[in-house]
Amino acid sequence: MKTTTPLLDRTILTGAITASVWKLNPRVQLRNPVMFAVYLGSLLTTVLWANSWAAPAGESSGFILGVTVWLWFTVLFANFAEAIAEGHGQAQAASLKKSRTSVVARKLSDRKGRRATEVAATDLQIGDVVIVNAGETIPTDGEVIEGVASVDESAITGESAPVVRESGGDRSSVTGGTQVISDWLIIEVKTLPGQSFLDRMIAMVEGAKRQKTPNEIALAILLAALTLIFLLVVATLLPYSIFSVRASGQGHAISLTVLVALFVCLAPTTIGALLSAIGIAGMNRLSQTNVIAMSGRAVEAAGDVDVLLLDKTGTITLGNRQATRFISADGVTEQELAEAAHLASMADETAEGRSIAVLAKKQFGLRARELEHIKPHFIAFSARTRMSGVTLDGHEIRKGATEAVETHVRSLGGFLPEDVRTAVQQIAKSGSTPLVVSRDAKVLGVIELKDIVKGGIKERFAELRQMGIKTVMITGDNPLTAAAIAAEAGVDDFLAEATPEAKLALIREYQTGGRLVAMTGDGTNDAPALAQADVAVAMNSGTQAAKEAGNMVDLDSNPTKLIEIVNIGKQLLMTRGSLTTFSIANDVAKYFAILPAAFATTYPALKALDLMRLSSPSSAILSAVIFNAVIIIALIPLALKGVAYRPVGAAQLLRNNLLIYGLGGLVVPFIGIKMIDLLLSATGLA
Amino acid sequence: MTTSGLLQLGLYFAVLLACVRPLGRYMAKVYSGPAPYLERSLGPVERWLYRLCGIAPATEMTWKQYANAVLAFSVVSFVTVYIFQRVQGVLPLNTERLSAVSADSAFNTAISFTTNTNWQGYGGETTMSYLTQMAALTVQNFVSAAAGMAVLIALIRGFIRHSTDTIGNFWVDLIRGTLYILLPLSLVLAVVLVSQGVVQTFDSYREVALLEPAIDAEGHAVTTQRVAVGPAASQIAIKQLGTNGGGFFNVNSAHPLENPTPLANFLELLAILLIPAALCCTFGEMVGDRRQGWAILAAMMVIFVPLLVVTTVVEQAGNPVLTHIGVDRVPSEFQSGGNMEGKETRFGIVNSSLWAVATTAASNGSVNSMHDSFTPLGGLGAMWLMQLGEVVFGGVGSGLYGMLVFAIVAVFLSGLMVGRTPEYLGKKIGAFEMKMASLAILFPCATVLVGTAVAVTAPAGRETIFNSGPHGFSEVLYAFSSAANNNGSAFAGLGANTPFYNGLLGLAMLLGRFCVMLPVLAIAGSLAAKKTVPAGPGTLPTHTTLFVVLLVAVVMVVGALSFFPALALGPIIEHLQLPTTNAGDTSL
Repeated sequence: MKTTTPLLDRTILTGAITASVWKLNPRVQLRNPVMFAVYLGSLLTTVLWANSWAAPAGESSGFILGVTVWLWFTVLFANFAEAIAEGHGQAQAASLKKSRTSVVARKLSDRKGRRATEVAATDLQIGDVVIVNAGETIPTDGEVIEGVASVDESAITGESAPVVRESGGDRSSVTGGTQVISDWLIIEVKTLPGQSFLDRMIAMVEGAKRQKTPNEIALAILLAALTLIFLLVVATLLPYSIFSVRASGQGHAISLTVLVALFVCLAPTTIGALLSAIGIAGMNRLSQTNVIAMSGRAVEAAGDVDVLLLDKTGTITLGNRQATRFISADGVTEQELAEAAHLASMADETAEGRSIAVLAKKQFGLRARELEHIKPHFIAFSARTRMSGVTLDGHEIRKGATEAVETHVRSLGGFLPEDVRTAVQQIAKSGSTPLVVSRDAKVLGVIELKDIVKGGIKERFAELRQMGIKTVMITGDNPLTAAAIAAEAGVDDFLAEATPEAKLALIREYQTGGRLVAMTGDGTNDAPALAQADVAVAMNSGTQAAKEAGNMVDLDSNPTKLIEIVNIGKQLLMTRGSLTTFSIANDVAKYFAILPAAFATTYPALKALDLMRLSSPSSAILSAVIFNAVIIIALIPLALKGVAYRPVGAAQLLRNNLLIYGLGGLVVPFIGIKMIDLLLSATGLA
Repeated sequence: MTTSGLLQLGLYFAVLLACVRPLGRYMAKVYSGPAPYLERSLGPVERWLYRLCGIAPATEMTWKQYANAVLAFSVVSFVTVYIFQRVQGVLPLNTERLSAVSADSAFNTAISFTTNTNWQGYGGETTMSYLTQMAALTVQNFVSAAAGMAVLIALIRGFIRHSTDTIGNFWVDLIRGTLYILLPLSLVLAVVLVSQGVVQTFDSYREVALLEPAIDAEGHAVTTQRVAVGPAASQIAIKQLGTNGGGFFNVNSAHPLENPTPLANFLELLAILLIPAALCCTFGEMVGDRRQGWAILAAMMVIFVPLLVVTTVVEQAGNPVLTHIGVDRVPSEFQSGGNMEGKETRFGIVNSSLWAVATTAASNGSVNSMHDSFTPLGGLGAMWLMQLGEVVFGGVGSGLYGMLVFAIVAVFLSGLMVGRTPEYLGKKIGAFEMKMASLAILFPCATVLVGTAVAVTAPAGRETIFNSGPHGFSEVLYAFSSAANNNGSAFAGLGANTPFYNGLLGLAMLLGRFCVMLPVLAIAGSLAAKKTVPAGPGTLPTHTTLFVVLLVAVVMVVGALSFFPALALGPIIEHLQLPTTNAGDTSL
């Protein structure tokens, strides 16, 4: 998946050339009103050419042929642009399809007895339970209900390192097409046949399910209106011309060929031809960053996002808190504290627990000791006691939240010394978490657990701010801790002590204020918030519920990916807008080329408008038509890559793009048409 | 341009811009709360009118109800004006015993006045009785203007309201606009005009002795002349203020009794742009960001001023044909110089050019000189200002709502170019708004193009084109540009009082009015239903120079691309066919 095909891959090219001919089918053409009008124009000039050949009159059939051929090229080039964008998607889909080979599933009729019948994966229904052993492929999307196994998900994510999937918790979802490497899993099927994640992903990159996005529809309306105006301008030009011939008493009325040529040049063919390619290419770019969007609408919405909700853990900070310091109470050495903390963390397999052991080892060279002979009694952390520890040789060693440990030592007749209390407060104020350690009734000191903010994250948030996006950190920490981390990471706001309900309420609040909210999530408890958010990116490592609630899935499970998604959404809009501006600006030069030529016999004085000093009327018209066709090909790479987005603020962006595509669109055709005209007259073609 | 010319233009703009802010704020208050100064005295009248007409002023309307009210009101207005013209022969206040107006002319005039166009296929003093002028035409001058302003206010409410389906009450907006804005301003202007010599009387036409007796075709000495008079001042004031433009007399404000003195001319000129310019300020006030209003006004000025300068300069330069035969056209103490054909010597080049540009920029259509006699480029400017869709000042209300439609398109394009779903004043612009904006821009364009095509093709249309060559084409193009954009000024040189033109131009006026108004009301309804998005750093500001430039570019590019071929076959080729040497002309 992570392979990026070069822009002009040979197989894609040849495929696209064939496809552009196939797309001449009128039913395909009808989908794009602008290009359909060009298509009809080409048909008309073809008939005119055939007619001029049969019954020569007026215009030379060579000229009509020249115009006709280039009009057909215009249509073909538009087809080609779309085909090449689709080709990139199909290349990705093909590699995905390889992992969708017909898998045989072993369906359990009764879970206890492990009696399995073999059925085709495509026959599995929601609620069916299957067993997958090591070396077998998981038949379809589901939830692990029993077992732990390592799973190779490279077919979907491109990541070769296997991941652990187990029942319960946030790592219980499995995707069809991935492979169990060790152990076994019992999976409950969660999707209908043909609607698995893999199926949807293939449909998406193939463009089969591509629906027009709201902005695309609005733009299509504007383009249709412009096409209609130009159709009227050209259609009424015939009676105007007949009247003018009568009024001036010389020349002959404008020919149908020239009218069609003028219409095709004026109609917004450049953007019309590239519009669908731009949309498809946007989706392709997204899937190249390993994000699968469930709809094009979501990608576009990403460009509009105002507020970004980010989970603190894993996104802003490095996974878990780490012990960074031991602060001993008066009369206790740091070594004593470290030893007790080390003992209390022996059975603590959480990252925090391990980091205490690591720190103790680093600072005092403490190693894990053989404790079996003294029969330690480990006490696991519970939400109720908010403490963990060990009872050893009759000593109760505990570590935990300040209040919990204080209550504990008080019950044994001890107290929390003032110096420890001060240390606790200082640690909390700096955004870290204090863990108090006690032995029996005596408080030994505090361990500072610190959140480590990811490197470079502050710069990324600054970038987002420049784009006009507000970042909000979501954390379960207390407000004091949250504020300190928020300040360190440079987020604009934070939500502390966040519950799923609080998250949902926050999103609703922003939305009522008219803001568009994006968020990332992985857990089942994120699902309601994901469903509420306008742009919801679920982590592929997350639960099935989260993935279903989101409208995008990030295969890399990288929460900062949202920034790239926003970029792609903006690029998509900008490419459309810039090419529309370019297309319309081009018309000015085309008028100056075609009008004097079209009325050369009636009003020779109009030659004064021929700013380009083109060699002859027929060469002028042909040059404009050729330029109009060739510019489509020239802009395909831009349509596929997208206009570069830099976070510089709306006004600056508009100024830049207006200069490049507005002013550029005004000037480029003058030069292009003149050059084509020079070429035509030099080769004697017109 | 002469120094005196520059000073006159400078004075005009200084006075106009000085009036914009106080009047703009006053109008904003009229539509959103009690009217300052006048509510106390006119409030009872207003409430009496509501009781009389059975209007519940607190009832809000959806956009469809609002549109139905506008349409119903226009239909009733049309029928009333039509009937007045057809039966004026038996009605009082008809001192000249004028008979019923012909059916086709009455049809055309009725549409013309209910659509705020005031295209006149007839000559006022020889066609309309005093009663018709007052009770039919002048009444429409007020209410058609107030209806345009009402629709604008409805659109502004679409921007300021959110999550609602109502945009105000048409009857209330209509009555308040008439009562608190148009009537007081007209009253003041009419009185001042009377002081300058504009007639206001029910007397019959006067027989006066000629200063220089003449000899008629049969050799008889002519010593007296009948001078048409009538209740003119009351109609002229609102004709100028309400961007109506329909003259009391046939030659409009070139008539000495309609526009007698330089001061009268100045005030009538001022009245053309006064309300359309001040409404920009009203818009800024009502949306709660004055800069938005100034930006729109700036965009209008950016198109207006260069076209004014070009027109004045080419008119002052005059016709090179005359230069060739040695005519002295250098401005001096004794003559204006330049192209004086069709212009009043009382007004000269500058005041004629300023009037021509202002009257076509605003959809006023009154004239103090004959546009048909302008140089090709001078005529081109006037024609193009109408073809832009009457959005540079434009009609009262209609000009600004037309400009806001273009602003929506500009915002849409710029939104795409900065990679964000476009929003204007906190409202996201979606497919529905784009559809309606496209229709509002498309219809007048299409009407001008197709109408002209039909007229230059049909024998009935070609018969009454009095000039040959490209100028004849210009005359037809001008007529349809004027009608379809509800301007109402005429290029002359075209015999338009025929069943063919009365019918076709009547249709063009209808399409040009309601095919813009209805989409605009639809946009208002759709915007009102949307949430308001607060502006953030990613939002493109719409009060900056950059946006003004973009808006101007969109207006001009759409206008240029739609009409360049037609203009090339009319005024442009006419200009290019003039002798190129302009020797001896140093007035530039």
